[in-house]
Amino acid sequence: MYQSLKQLPPPQQIGVLFVVVFGLLLLAGLVLFLRSMREFDDPQRAQHHRDDIDNLNRLLKTSWLLIFVFWLAWLAGDVARLVLFALGSFFALREFLTLSPTRHSDHRSLVLAFFVVLPLQYGLVGTAQVNLFTVFIPVYVFVAIPVASALTGDATHFLERNAKLQWGIMVCIYGMSHVPALLLLHFPGYDQRNAFLVLFLVLVVQTCMVTQHLVARRLVQLGKPASLPAISQSFSWRAWGAGMTTGSLLGTLLAGITPFVPGQAFALSFVACAAGSLGHLVMKALKRDRGIPIWRGQGPGVTGAGGMLDRIDALCFAAPVFLHSVRWHFGV
Amino acid sequence: MKQWLLRAAAVAVGYFLLGLIRVLTGSQARWWGCPPKAEQRIYFANHQSHADLVLIWAALPRELRHSVRAVAARDYWTRSPFRQWLTSAVFNVIYVSRDRAADEDPLEPLIEAMRAGDSLILFPEGTRGFADLPRPFKAGLYNLAIQFPQVELIPAWIANVQRVMPKGEVVPVPVLCSVTFGAPIQVHAGENCHDFLQRAHAALVALRQV
Repeated sequence: MYQSLKQLPPPQQIGVLFVVVFGLLLLAGLVLFLRSMREFDDPQRAQHHRDDIDNLNRLLKTSWLLIFVFWLAWLAGDVARLVLFALGSFFALREFLTLSPTRHSDHRSLVLAFFVVLPLQYGLVGTAQVNLFTVFIPVYVFVAIPVASALTGDATHFLERNAKLQWGIMVCIYGMSHVPALLLLHFPGYDQRNAFLVLFLVLVVQTCMVTQHLVARRLVQLGKPASLPAISQSFSWRAWGAGMTTGSLLGTLLAGITPFVPGQAFALSFVACAAGSLGHLVMKALKRDRGIPIWRGQGPGVTGAGGMLDRIDALCFAAPVFLHSVRWHFGV
Repeated sequence: MKQWLLRAAAVAVGYFLLGLIRVLTGSQARWWGCPPKAEQRIYFANHQSHADLVLIWAALPRELRHSVRAVAARDYWTRSPFRQWLTSAVFNVIYVSRDRAADEDPLEPLIEAMRAGDSLILFPEGTRGFADLPRPFKAGLYNLAIQFPQVELIPAWIANVQRVMPKGEVVPVPVLCSVTFGAPIQVHAGENCHDFLQRAHAALVALRQV
């Protein structure tokens, strides 16, 4: 069967992979549904069980959404794909900045970030200017934003305001734009199959995050203390290790769809998972500092943040590290 | 034909503005003190930007939008034909005169709309405020509440919208905004205008914290 799959043209291989992933998600949904039918005599345990199921359902919904978006991105043409990722950046940055207090004099810099930097960055990806695209934000925008801010003549909290904006741009625009940029890498003998790389990254990172989340939840239920309670009530090194292991192993198994040999696939998924899961931890620290448990919290928060960042922050941190590791190692 | 075109344009512009405000602000509704119901109500909100009207409209469920009409100042919103078309054809607002020169009751158009069964969106500050707290309320809210004692008065706090487009800027930036709807209030028996307006003001400001 593996041989017959190998002989399919690349677009059909990708199609098959999506069918498999959708099938797994359906299966997971079915298992969850059946488990939710279970009855308990003890009301407390029943409540516990319901909470568990709700939590898993939310996780499943996120995974569906992510995979669905990537499926759409693959179906749609090059331009539509970029627009989709640009919208992701837009909504993530909108959320990020809502919770960072800005002043009136930041308005011009914000306009610059949303309506100039964002389209330009994705434009560079679209026109395949790999070298310029990787330095545009860390070099040029890094200068432009504080200059625009200084020209308004407001010195209050100058460094904080500009640092926050630059940081938001780095995570939400720079990080996110590296996902579609994976399509720009040219591996010898791997034509037209770069969509696999995107899927590889998303599957590996998402698997790592889901495993970590589930194990951490289990550990909390068992009464194990969190490793960094000042940052996260649930983060523990054991759960992190479990996530890293699962993610990297999945990456090794998926080596067949990538231009890597299994050893390279393992190392690269390890790097991507480490960047993603620790990046997620960084965002948790940030949220904790602002006093919000999650970008949205239970029900809509006062700012109405939609919870977009919670779902994609790991990817935003993993994508640049992954892309640049691949470029460095393979010289592509 | 021309009528029909104008009608279609009004619908299109309405949807365009709703879409735009959703993309920019998310226009999240938080029904904190009351559920969204198709009862006759007066929503009173803080006023910081022209986008307030569209924002609160976008936050309401679609079924309610047809029967909820905002109140806008006649002198400002009828100054140019475009503004007039925008407010009357697209948003179906009720104009109210701010200058008391005419000896008619300025609330007359509102009372008429209330008799017809419409709900209102009222900005009782009378004008846009740029301070932290809303300005003191005008008496119109009290007078309407006295005339229609059975109608619920719902405070609606609009958060963050001043960051979308600060005064003097022309390009809006995306920032998430929300509208928090509070618990209904009513005029107590024998309560005078000043006390009631203070209480309504406090009820609105209290929604900042929830």
